[in-house]
Amino acid sequence: MTIITPIRTQAEAAYISQFPAFEAGLTTRDPAGLKLRRAAFERFVALGLPHRRIEPYHYTDVRALLREVAGPAVHAKHTVALPEMAVLPSALSALEAFKIVLVNGVLDRARSDLGRLPEGVKVHEEAEPAVDGGLADDPMIALNTAFMTGRVVITIEAGIKLDTPLHLQSMIGGAAVAVYPRVTLEVGKGAAVTLVESHFGPDGVAYQNNSLVEIVAGDDAKIDLVRVNAHGKAAADFSTLAVTLGASNVFNAHSFVTGGALSRHQVFLRLEGEHSVVTLSGAMLLNARQHADTTLVVDHAVPNCQSREHFAHVLDGEATGVFQGKIIVRPLAQKTDGKMMSRAVVLTDGATMNNKPELEIFADDVQCGHGATVGALDEDLLFYLQARGLPKTEAEALMLQAFAGEAVAMIAHDGVREALDGAIDAWLKERA
Amino acid sequence: MLEIKNLHVAIEDGSKKILNGLTLTVHRGEVAAIMGPNGSGKSTLSYVIAGKPGYEILDGEILLEGENILEMEPDQRSAAGVFLAFQYPLEIPGVATMTFLKAAMNAHLRAAGSDEIKTPDFMKRVRKAADDLGISQDMLKRGLNVGFSGGEKKRMEILQMALLEPRICILDETDSGLDIDALKVVSEGVNKLRSADRSFLVITHYQRLLNYIVPDTVHVMSKGRVVKSGGKELALELEANGYADYVSDAA
Ligand SMILES: Nc1ncnc2c1ncn2[C@@H]1O[C@H](COP(=O)(O)OP(=O)(O)O)[C@@H](O)[C@H]1O
Ligand SMILES: [Mg+2]
Repeated sequence: MTIITPIRTQAEAAYISQFPAFEAGLTTRDPAGLKLRRAAFERFVALGLPHRRIEPYHYTDVRALLREVAGPAVHAKHTVALPEMAVLPSALSALEAFKIVLVNGVLDRARSDLGRLPEGVKVHEEAEPAVDGGLADDPMIALNTAFMTGRVVITIEAGIKLDTPLHLQSMIGGAAVAVYPRVTLEVGKGAAVTLVESHFGPDGVAYQNNSLVEIVAGDDAKIDLVRVNAHGKAAADFSTLAVTLGASNVFNAHSFVTGGALSRHQVFLRLEGEHSVVTLSGAMLLNARQHADTTLVVDHAVPNCQSREHFAHVLDGEATGVFQGKIIVRPLAQKTDGKMMSRAVVLTDGATMNNKPELEIFADDVQCGHGATVGALDEDLLFYLQARGLPKTEAEALMLQAFAGEAVAMIAHDGVREALDGAIDAWLKERA
Repeated sequence: MLEIKNLHVAIEDGSKKILNGLTLTVHRGEVAAIMGPNGSGKSTLSYVIAGKPGYEILDGEILLEGENILEMEPDQRSAAGVFLAFQYPLEIPGVATMTFLKAAMNAHLRAAGSDEIKTPDFMKRVRKAADDLGISQDMLKRGLNVGFSGGEKKRMEILQMALLEPRICILDETDSGLDIDALKVVSEGVNKLRSADRSFLVITHYQRLLNYIVPDTVHVMSKGRVVKSGGKELALELEANGYADYVSDAA
């Protein structure tokens, strides 16, 4: 009889060896939470890091790409001095918003605006995960559940409509650390909120972020979520957005990526109430050897909903973009209207785009479609702009601004949209 | 002044030779018309002067004020004073017309070592030039040329020409697709820009445009070269007799 011992990568071994001490160091002793953590950890031990033979990770072989992982940052809580951290991208610093600041994955009350939150908005911390979200088969989510260091719960009470966004600033600093932010957004019936999440940390420090945002929406709620990955250039970023919508929701989520050496943003969105309208969009501006993966699963479980996806990748240098979008239309979900578009501009021979749009349709009376384009900038348009005096890089910048701006234009909040247009501009200026 | 000497040009992949020893001089302040049948190489000539990639220059030179421009990038040629009004102006969705106009003007100012234009001055200049050409504020708010009619696109080209103040303006079939009223507006716009320091190369298939933009010289192009040059009466002669004489001459 042969005994099969799985061969662990250095990163897997590190996660596995870190957990016992981490678990022992937890100060809360809530048995249900601890049980969830332990179960998630054991799941991770069984699964290991995802790799290319695992279908959802086919284009993002985390096992091969993630070489080393740092220790969890929990015990370094609040000891990080601001100057050591990358500052919030300047395009976002002027955004008027109520701040909710996480430092190394832990709520930092002093840096937050908790004292002046508008009426009907509450922020509190829970020590333990409430649920595994039914997503425990994803090893990266399992790691978040095992290692999370407090769950920030943001509650918008029924009927509360906010004009000013909430701005969750997740800052990572100090030496290389692994952080595990976890956020739950509960939006009451008929409430409206814009939540901006900016994730950032120092350049050149090989830290790992693994974040999970759960959203539960009451009927008639309107939610605009904008996630900005402005991580340092050596960072790894694994993030999951898990959303369950009620009836007649308007839900927009945007993912804006310029940071990180390796990033994977996954969205699991389930439509459980009729007449909801969903827009998922994203702009990814990548250069050097950055690898950014966007994976969506939009699950229409009920009839009469609409979903739109529009993702734009700009790939320079030797960057790799991955877009996987799956729209599921369950047998009951008649009159579903789903359209998905992924567009990529590849600026160099060394850059790569992987597109995998999928429709899984089990209802017969639906309107669904998808499209994907990958190509260089149009030479004739570039010539036209150059013929008017614009140097080549400036002509390219104008076209790329328009290209990425098309995805950013789907953000409803004026101030946030303008801030990200500014971030595109800053990225293009750095390129020139 | 623009001097084109013995210009031989082929498509870059070598599949087709288009210009075959074209020689042409346009003096300072002169309006030269180029006429010729479809396919004679008129647009190619305009593209090669403006620096469009995709052509191989086999022989010859193009001098602007004595300086060979063939080695320059298109934006450098633009800064040096070359302006091509395209036969088919392109639509660029998402690039706001005003943003584009300002970027173009500032690129020219920077190339000349000057400061960038202040926004109020820019607005004033654009508004004035747009009014002269009957271009509405609404058009200026849209994406560049997006949803414009053929005539509107041509007017937008002339607007850019007015703002960039080139030394040599090349108009490639600016009359195509224009009704008579639009033709008058566009011609007036061009005529206003005529000056002792500015030359024009007016490319057209039909004589009609030359009733409004009256040329100093007329050159007939066939099979990639100039086969006959004369005064403005040559255009009328062509209108009456067609190109047949010259085309067979050149064969
Ligand atoms: N990019 C190209 N590839 C192949 N053939 C071309 C290309 N551009 C022009 N031609 C050919 O060269 C000839 C001249 O074209 P063009 O310069 O557009 O003529 P005109 O403007 O006088 O009608 C035509 O036969 C045309 O089909
Ligand atoms: Mg032509």
